[in-house]
Amino acid sequence: MENFGVQIDEIIERYPDKPEYLIFLLQDIQSSYGYISPEAMQLACDRTGVPLTQGYSVATFYQSFRLDPSGEHEIRVCLGTACHLKGGQRLVEDLERRLNIKAGETTADMRYTLNTVNCVGACALSPVAIIDDEYHPNATARKLEKRLNALDQTDAADEKEAGHA
Amino acid sequence: MHNSAIAVKTEPVRLQSAEELNALRDRIIAERDPQRLEVVVCHGTGCLASGSAKVSQAFRDALETAGIQAKVMPGIKTTGCHGLCSRGPLVVIRPQGLFYQRVQPKDVAEIVQRTLIEGQAVDRLLYRNPDTGDLVFTQDDIPFYKLQERVVLRNVGKIDPTDISDTIEAGGYQALAKALTTMTPEQVVAEIEKSGLRGRGGAGFSTGRKWRSALSAIKKKGRPVYVVVNGDEGDPGAFMDCAVMEGDPHAVLEGLIIGAYALGAENGYLYVRAEYPLAIRHLEIAMAQARAYGLLGENILNSGFSFDARINRGAGAFVCGESTALFTSIEGKPGNPRPKYIRSVEEGLWGRPTVLNNVETWANVPPIIARGADWYNQIGVPHSTGTKVFSLVGKVNNVGLVEVPMGLPLSTLVEKIGGGVPNGKPFKAVQTGGPSGGCIPYHLKDTPVDYDSLVAAGSMMGSGGMIVMDDSDCVVDVARYFLHFLEEESCGKCLPCRLGLTRMREILDSFSKGVGSEQDIADLTSLAQAIQDGALCALGASAPNPVLTTIRYFKEEYLAHVQDHRCPAGVCKDLITYAIDPALCTGCMTCARQCPVQCISGKKKQPHVIDAEKCLRCGICKESCKFGAVLIS
Repeated sequence: MENFGVQIDEIIERYPDKPEYLIFLLQDIQSSYGYISPEAMQLACDRTGVPLTQGYSVATFYQSFRLDPSGEHEIRVCLGTACHLKGGQRLVEDLERRLNIKAGETTADMRYTLNTVNCVGACALSPVAIIDDEYHPNATARKLEKRLNALDQTDAADEKEAGHA
Repeated sequence: MHNSAIAVKTEPVRLQSAEELNALRDRIIAERDPQRLEVVVCHGTGCLASGSAKVSQAFRDALETAGIQAKVMPGIKTTGCHGLCSRGPLVVIRPQGLFYQRVQPKDVAEIVQRTLIEGQAVDRLLYRNPDTGDLVFTQDDIPFYKLQERVVLRNVGKIDPTDISDTIEAGGYQALAKALTTMTPEQVVAEIEKSGLRGRGGAGFSTGRKWRSALSAIKKKGRPVYVVVNGDEGDPGAFMDCAVMEGDPHAVLEGLIIGAYALGAENGYLYVRAEYPLAIRHLEIAMAQARAYGLLGENILNSGFSFDARINRGAGAFVCGESTALFTSIEGKPGNPRPKYIRSVEEGLWGRPTVLNNVETWANVPPIIARGADWYNQIGVPHSTGTKVFSLVGKVNNVGLVEVPMGLPLSTLVEKIGGGVPNGKPFKAVQTGGPSGGCIPYHLKDTPVDYDSLVAAGSMMGSGGMIVMDDSDCVVDVARYFLHFLEEESCGKCLPCRLGLTRMREILDSFSKGVGSEQDIADLTSLAQAIQDGALCALGASAPNPVLTTIRYFKEEYLAHVQDHRCPAGVCKDLITYAIDPALCTGCMTCARQCPVQCISGKKKQPHVIDAEKCLRCGICKESCKFGAVLIS
């Protein structure tokens, strides 16, 4: 399992062993690992003393938690009101078609995860899409396509380089 | 100079009294030359998204390499939101106050040379008054800013939110010092009552009365009592609280500490939406700095009063903006609300008396205490005192954050401050109050924007989202959008919300396909009323508002959908067709290349044709056509 240099035990011990810290723990696990694995959930629940069922109840109630690994790149399309009025939904539909997945899913090759988000507060620049942490103001289907193609190319080049090394 | 060895920024000193706070402030002011040359770059969410971090970096690099020939090396300051987000990235040059808009890294060299070295303005980056065409040099002369009155946003865009000395220089924590040293907790509560402040989060309940009820609950049940900041700003299209937390985190914190003093709370919580990482970071920095200066934590300003707070990051649930759901979320559980007859001031967080106020409400507290309730309640109108911050978005020229006295006519906000709808058209409606609010049509444009007038018009103040719509926006689609949003966000605990909203959305779905009857519109209305009466919490009870107000004001548009099978705004996909105007089409083939289903045919330099049977109505051809030849009918 990828761990970005953070050991799960180190995360588990960050907070006191009380039920109120369950959400804190799950958030930290998610930001280090990208999702909450069954093992990590068990550890978090053991630490905070809540039943496993309640751990999953929390993880499935809140939208920010994922129980499956996400793709290499995350695409988030804002569907706040301003973005909706300016065609955010059309961007989602186009990406769904292009990547052959539905919003919330990850491509089979684990390259991209497509998510929607309810307003990121950048309404002046609507519609907004965020690829990894890069904002794309006044996004169009064409601009996003270009960006994804560029990402594919740089990743392929990196891979090639890594292969040579 | 006495104490000059104390570096203000790097070595915090625990302040022991109000006098020491004043002395520190005097020292900061004395150390800083008011005429110092400063480049202020907006780092609000909007400007950051349009690339302002690259602009401030370009300034740093340019100044370093140029070895600037100005008398003093200019400082570079990054601040919170300046408000005029649609013109970002924004840069202000002090002390002249020159206001540059849409600044790109490539413009930086010219600004350094022309403005910082030669002292001249770069005209092409200045704002131009759209009515007169005249150049506008400073922020205050831009119509967008002229009509505003900044109480909550007093420091936002002016100070560096990560540097407490900026806050202290601007008068931060003076209200806290005043409360702790010259007022009893009872006097603080009385002052808030007298100010007429009402909750800025949605319902507009009197803040003073809320605090007063908490005091009587404490009398019955004893302490502990908790104070909580609701920073779970979930309404789509609203970013007021985001801007306050990002741009002036100490204002929120100071308000909270004053509230804690008034109620005798030792612990507080700031519940902040997960989608606002910058707000969370700035609040964390602010709290650490306040603790280091003795303004938060044990024995604040040596007054004997101790209070500390912690941040809870939201985890992505709109319903957690509802008070009781927010409490259960802080307790580490799924955010399910509970029935309203149990009052939060008596039985809130951990079952204890709790005062929960919205970010903007808390940020109003310090100026009320510092300047007095009599000053505050002169702003605005009776029953809606003070100012309100709005995020003005949608089909309006000046998209951004505005703060105005309560009671200003809606048209002033949209047309004067917002600069009207692009292309000079009148607006069709303004949606206020987010998913719980309603649409106010153009003919009610003189409605004063205050709590009671908005409710009378069928909408509500809400948290301050203001979405301007024009004739290319479909009200059925907007109503469906909000319902769909709330259907997804419904926690599922009570039936009226869980099933009722789904059924309402299904009816609207069929309207958008041109299926339905006048009877269905009537059924939709009666279902909406049943949900208003029966839902457990405010999320469900107010969910039907966007539908009810659009039916009330735009019935003919609903009828056009169900009777004529037509979407007048050209939005509802199943009721529109795309076609190419042969007179405008140049045959450039761009649309044909981009069509995802290859349904556009035609030879080069010949007008193209769309095959309506195969067309997905994805709109990519319209978006890609430079000649406006793709039409919707």
